Amino acid sequence: MNPVYLRYELLRTFRNRRYVLFAILIPVALYFATAGPSRGESDLAGTGISAPLYFMVGLAAFGGMNAVVSIGGRIAAERSVGWTRQLRLTPLSTRGYFRAKVATAYALALVTLGVLYFSGSTLGVRLPAGEWLRMTGLILIGLVPFVALGIFLGHILTAESTGPAIGGITALFALLGGTWFPIQNGVMHDIAEALPSYWLVQASHVSLGGPGWTGLGWFVVAAWTVALGALAARAYRRDTQRI
Amino acid sequence: MASLDSVETFVRTQREQIDASVEARGLVKTYRSGARIVRAVDGVDVSIARGETVALLGPNGAGKSTTIDLLLGLLEPDAGEASLFGGPPQEAVAAGRIGSMLQTGSLIRDLDVQELVEMMASVYPHPLCVEDTLRQARIEELADRRTQTLSGGETQRVRFALALVSDPDLLVLDEPTVGMDVEARRAFWTTMRQGAAHGRTVLFATHYMDEADTYADRAILMAHGKVVAAAPTTEIKGLVGTRTIRATLSDADDADLGALEGVLQMERHGDVVVLNCSDSDRAIRALLDHYPEARDIEIASAGLEDAFVLLTSDGNGAS
Repeated sequence: MNPVYLRYELLRTFRNRRYVLFAILIPVALYFATAGPSRGESDLAGTGISAPLYFMVGLAAFGGMNAVVSIGGRIAAERSVGWTRQLRLTPLSTRGYFRAKVATAYALALVTLGVLYFSGSTLGVRLPAGEWLRMTGLILIGLVPFVALGIFLGHILTAESTGPAIGGITALFALLGGTWFPIQNGVMHDIAEALPSYWLVQASHVSLGGPGWTGLGWFVVAAWTVALGALAARAYRRDTQRI
Repeated sequence: MASLDSVETFVRTQREQIDASVEARGLVKTYRSGARIVRAVDGVDVSIARGETVALLGPNGAGKSTTIDLLLGLLEPDAGEASLFGGPPQEAVAAGRIGSMLQTGSLIRDLDVQELVEMMASVYPHPLCVEDTLRQARIEELADRRTQTLSGGETQRVRFALALVSDPDLLVLDEPTVGMDVEARRAFWTTMRQGAAHGRTVLFATHYMDEADTYADRAILMAHGKVVAAAPTTEIKGLVGTRTIRATLSDADDADLGALEGVLQMERHGDVVVLNCSDSDRAIRALLDHYPEARDIEIASAGLEDAFVLLTSDGNGAS
């Protein structure tokens, strides 16, 4: 790992205030909009789960996904000014390039999760330290395929199309994966189980007393990671044309 | 003796390969434009010795940028082969021996100029230090500026610094002075002369004849994807620094007109003859001496583009 390169990649990401604010503010705003009015609800639909906790973990999954996929927009913007082609003429390897992008994506996701957790605590969410950590750890693993998705989209889309494309794809994954509405059974459940967003939601539900991931969960996340990672690497290698 | 000749040829070929920093044979690149297939680069040979400064000269759309993309390994040729320092372009790039400034491009935002230079220095094995880079590119005064606040000309100078930061053996600049005013262009080339190019092989693309003329040892002329001439710049100037004489003249033998003093080539469009001249002063005197009836005479300097079109349309192939 090249620490200087990584430091500047992170520095310039967090200096872009509008970008960082939107990556973080949207999930936080959604959180207060949903959990705020029902902050006194301590037994949501007879489950024994409080509304602020329920919405916090849901938005942790969504916010984390939103943050890591959004680096696709940054990549598309870099490509549009010819920066990616410039990088191709340096010794920076595909691996080195990916490391820096992955680290940036995770830095954003961690900040987003931190702000959401803090917001949750202001609405009275209290969890044992072990549960915070288990949930966060599993969410971070569950984000891996979405980091690859962000890099992939960044290298195949133009800067103008990333906004709607990334927003739409993220929303679709969130919806089908059960971020907004629980998916209990039926065909939709079978579909959901094959999606990485479903397991991201399951990761966040660890703190609601959920079981975490089954063998199928680990397999689905690994398979999406391999597939999207390969697509992203291929897209980066082929991305040498003038645009 | 034949065997001795072949040994000599062998030795010469080996030597050329060792001395060459850029070597390309028969490069072809086509792309699809609607239903048409365009040969952007059509059988280009390039050979540049170490330490040489070579201009890739041609009008817009001549295939200069595509040729550079092929030489740098950014594009795979449909046919032919390019090598840098005797190996694949990607190897020279991975070794950090190439400094480049591509034609289209800007900078990533949210970093100071010196931060960006330091960031890029970190990916090379033997970079210059940031101060030296800024000094060589003469942008010390831009060090603390955020990249997104730079003007077009300033951006170009920072991009030039990024090409220098690796302390490259080969510097490839694709129209480096695009977007600069006359003053900035002059300053840029002064910077190059005062050491930025010292001991380096330089290949730069331009459509300004004067840049090639004053700066390069040699020029490779391209038009319509082909190399139309490769020669020292002094000779190139003779080829393209031409004027045309246009006159209405019906009763004259074309061959005689073409043989007039100072005339390189002639073309006839009905009654109108167009003489492409190496020396239009002598040509006009000779024309009027022999054909006093010539009328509607116009003398114009042929732009690079015209000269190139003339060179190619005449089937004046690769030299």
